[in-house]
Amino acid sequence: MKFSDQLEARFAGMITHYPARRSLLVPFLLYSQDEYGYVTDEVIAELSRRLEITELDIRNVISYYSMLRTKPAGRFNVQVCTNICCLLRGGEEMLAHAREKLGVQVNKGITPDGMFSVEEVECIGACSWAPAMQVNYTFHENLTPEKIDKILDDYRSEAAHK
Amino acid sequence: MADATQNVTLTVNGKTITAAKGTLLIEACKQNGIEIPAFCYYPGLSLQGACRMCLVEIEKMPKMQTACTTPVAEGMVVQTETEKVVQARKSTLEILLANHPLDCPVCDAGGECELQDMTYKYGAGESKFIDIKSHRDEQQWSPVIFYDRPRCILCYRCVRVCGEGMDVWALGIQNRGQGSVIAPNQGGKLDCEDCGECIDICPVGALTSSTYRYKTRPWEMTHTGTVCAHCADGCITTVGVRRSDTGSEIVRCDNRDRSGLNDDFLCGKGRFAFDFASSKERVTTPLIKRDGKFVAATWAEAVELVAARFKKAGASLGVIGSNHTTNEENYLLQKFARTVLRTNHIDHHRTADYPSFARAIASSKAQTASLKDVAAASAVLLIGGNPSEEHPFLAWQLRTAVRQHRQKIYVVNAAPIKLKKQAAHFLQVTSGKEGEFAAAFSGDAAALAHLGVDTARFDPFTAALASESSLLVVFGSELRGAGIDKLVATFAPKGAKFLCLGDYANSRGAADMGLFPDLLPGYQKAENSGLALPQMLDAAAAGTFEALWVVGANPAARHADVNAFAKPFLVVQDMFLTETAQHADVFLPASFAYEKAGTVTNTAGDLQRLKKASDVHGVKPDFEIILRIAEKMGADINALVPFRGYTSADAGQSRGPQSGEADRNAVFTEARGLEAKTSPLDPTITLEEIAQTVPGYAVSRLKLLAGEAQPTTLVQIDPAGIASHSELIVPARNGLYASGTLGGYSETLRAMGATHRAAEPVGAD
Repeated sequence: MKFSDQLEARFAGMITHYPARRSLLVPFLLYSQDEYGYVTDEVIAELSRRLEITELDIRNVISYYSMLRTKPAGRFNVQVCTNICCLLRGGEEMLAHAREKLGVQVNKGITPDGMFSVEEVECIGACSWAPAMQVNYTFHENLTPEKIDKILDDYRSEAAHK
Repeated sequence: MADATQNVTLTVNGKTITAAKGTLLIEACKQNGIEIPAFCYYPGLSLQGACRMCLVEIEKMPKMQTACTTPVAEGMVVQTETEKVVQARKSTLEILLANHPLDCPVCDAGGECELQDMTYKYGAGESKFIDIKSHRDEQQWSPVIFYDRPRCILCYRCVRVCGEGMDVWALGIQNRGQGSVIAPNQGGKLDCEDCGECIDICPVGALTSSTYRYKTRPWEMTHTGTVCAHCADGCITTVGVRRSDTGSEIVRCDNRDRSGLNDDFLCGKGRFAFDFASSKERVTTPLIKRDGKFVAATWAEAVELVAARFKKAGASLGVIGSNHTTNEENYLLQKFARTVLRTNHIDHHRTADYPSFARAIASSKAQTASLKDVAAASAVLLIGGNPSEEHPFLAWQLRTAVRQHRQKIYVVNAAPIKLKKQAAHFLQVTSGKEGEFAAAFSGDAAALAHLGVDTARFDPFTAALASESSLLVVFGSELRGAGIDKLVATFAPKGAKFLCLGDYANSRGAADMGLFPDLLPGYQKAENSGLALPQMLDAAAAGTFEALWVVGANPAARHADVNAFAKPFLVVQDMFLTETAQHADVFLPASFAYEKAGTVTNTAGDLQRLKKASDVHGVKPDFEIILRIAEKMGADINALVPFRGYTSADAGQSRGPQSGEADRNAVFTEARGLEAKTSPLDPTITLEEIAQTVPGYAVSRLKLLAGEAQPTTLVQIDPAGIASHSELIVPARNGLYASGTLGGYSETLRAMGATHRAAEPVGAD
C-alpha cells in the first residue's frame, strides 16, 4: 500500500532518524492513526513489510498502548481523565455526564451518527486545571457539566457548518 | 557468554564457588548444587527477567537481584535462602496464583507442573486476594494446540521458543499488566509448523495438546525413551503409554528428560503423529487371500503357507526390505534371503546414495560426522536438501548454533530454502546441478556454467568458504555418485566432516545392513548381483518371479504396474493394508518401532537403541516373523541367530595361553544380565554379529545400552566394487506433515497438514 503523500513524506524523513528501523513503529502508528482515524489492517501489513517485523509484533505493540486503536473512533474523540487530580475534582462525574449526554455507555463507544466517541483515559497532564478532557488534540479544562454540554454542542454545530 | 578461560570466585550461602567469567548467577549456582527457582529463565533462550522467582540478595546491592540476568563477578557475596528471599518467592507465587484457576485435579500438567512444585515448596496456600478470578474460555489455536488463558503465568517461554528456537514467530504477548495474554498470529488461530515446542516448554498447563489433553494423568503412564519413528534424524522421544483394551495405547511423545541427541527438541511429527499405532485401519491378525478376499488366519496357518510357497519358489523370489525396520531385522532379512532362500534379489526404497558416500569417504579416509557435530561446528556447507522441512532437528541445531555461537552456514540450493535466513552466504544454483558445486569450487569453468551462477555471486561465496578453517559438509539426496566423489575429494583434504541426508528413520541402517542386490552388509561386494527393485518389479510383472516378499515397504505407491504385485505370490509384512498389501496373498501384521527392541541408525550414522514402549495384541516384530518363516522352512535357526552362544566363535579360546577358557566377553556381559542369549528372538545377538561383520559398527555396547547415540563410521569400509546406482535413488521428500505410510495413517498429521501450508504429497514406505 502507498500512504498519502504527506504520510509518505513523513515516513521517508522519520526512517532516517532511527538506527533500528523498528523504532519507528510507535510514532508512525500515531501519525497513521491521525491520518486514517485508526490503525487499519492495511497499515499494519504495510509496516510489517517495511520494518521487517511480523504483523503479530505490531498488533502486540498496539494492544499495549491504550491510545492506539484498531477500530474507528468518532469524529470527535472525547477523552475524559479520571486520574487522581481530576478524580478529586469530579472527573468521574464529568465522564458520566459526557456518557449520559451522548448516550454512549461503553468505554470507547461511538454515537450512532459516528460524530462522538467517549473514552476514559489516564492522566493527560492537565492536573492544574482539573477536571480536564481532551477532544482529539484540543484540551478543555476546569470542566463542569454545563461546560461539557456547551463544548459538545459547539462541536456538533461546527460539524454541521462544514 | 561464559568465558571458560577465566574464572571468578564468589560466595553463595557462605560457600565459596568458582565459575567461568560471564556465567549467569543462576547457572553458576546450579553447577554447584544450589537451586534457584525460576519460571521464565530457560537455558538456551534469551533472558527475560519476567517472573521474579529467582530474586536473591547480593551484598552491596540495595535491592534483590534476578539471578537469571546477573553475571557472576569476583568477590560477589550472594544469599539465596534468606527469610527475605523466601518471602519474596512466596509473594511472587501468591500473585501468580491470584488469577490461576487452581484446577490442578483436571489439568494436564497436574503432577508435573512447575507452579505446583514451587507452591508445594514455598507455600502460598493462603491468599490475601478476595477478588473474583478473571476467567477466559479455552481456545483451540490449531488442530493440536490449545490455550487455557487463566492457567498462564506469562513466562514468555513459548514466545521465545517459537521465535528464537523455531524461527516461526507465531506467538506474541498482547495487552499489558495483568490483562496480558499470549496471542497467536492469526487472530485466534495459529499459522505455524505445529511443532508443539510451546506446549512442551510451558511450565504450567496453559498450552495443551489435542493428543494428550484430558486423556490421562502423568503418573498413570509408563514412559520409555526410544527413537522417533519418522524422519532420519533419530531424535529420542519419551513415549508415554497406558493400558488399553488392545494392549496398550500411546498417549504422549515428548523429550522432557532431555535425553538423546535432540535434547528437548521434537518436531510436530515426532510429538503428535503416533496415532497411526491405534488407527482403526491397523490390521492385527494375519490374513490369507482366498478367492480374492482376505480371510483372517492364525499365525501358524499363515506362516506355514508362506514357508511352503517360499520353498517352492526357491531363488525365484524377490525380497523388498524396509527403511524403518531395525538394523537387526534388516540384517536378518538379508542373511535369511542370501543363506536360506539363496537369492540376491533383495533391495529397498533408496532415498539417498549411501553406497557412493561410503565409497567416497572410505577412499579418502575422510571423516563422517555425527549429528552431534552439527551444533559445535564453526562453519557448515549445506548443499541441496531442505532441513527445515525434511530434517527438523538438523535445522533446529543449525539455527541454535547460529544464534549461540555465530556458526556460519553456507547454503547451496536450487531454491531459497527457509534456512537462507540464517545463512551467512547463500548461492542459488540450477536445479539438478547441485552436484557440480564441488567441481566449480575447484575451478572447473564448465561446472560453473552448469550451476548457472555468475562469477560476481560465485567468487565472494567461494572466497568466504575457502577461508573457513574447519568445515562440516551436509548434503542432500540431490548429490549422488560422482557428485559425492567430487565433493568428498574437494573438501576432505581440508579436514572437513561429511553428513549425507536420507529420508526415513532407518534408511541408513537399511543401506549399512546390505539391503542391496549387489552389496552385503558393510557395503561389501556380493559375488553375484541380484535384481534391483525396479528390475525385480519388472520381472515380477513379467511373471518370472514365483514369489515376492515385501517387508515394511509400499513399492506399489511408486510403481504403476499392478501386475508386479498381482502376478507373483505376494507376502507383505506391514501395519496397514497399503496399496501394496491390497495385492498380498498373505498379509502378516507387524509391529512398528515403538513396539520392539533393536537398533536404528540415523542418517548421520549414529547408532541408537530402540526400546519397546507399547504393544498391540496380535502383531509381531518383523524379526520374529522372519524367524518363524525360517523355522517352518526347516532352516537352522542357530545359524541365523546364534542364540545359545554355542557357535565356535563363542565357545571360547581354542589356542594360546587362554585356550579352553570361556569367552570372556560373554561371561562379562552375561554376569551383568546384559545379554541372556537364551532366545533366538533377542535381537541383541544379531547386534553382536553386526558389530563383528559391519565395519564401523563395533561401538561401545555399554554406552549404547545406556542410551547414548554411538556414531558409526564408514571409513573402514573397503570401497572396491561399490558401484553407483544414482538412478535408483527416489527421495521421499517428506515435509513436516508427511511421513510415508506411517504419516498417511495418522489422522493428527493429516489434520495438521490440512490447516497449514500445503503438505507435501504422501510418499511411499
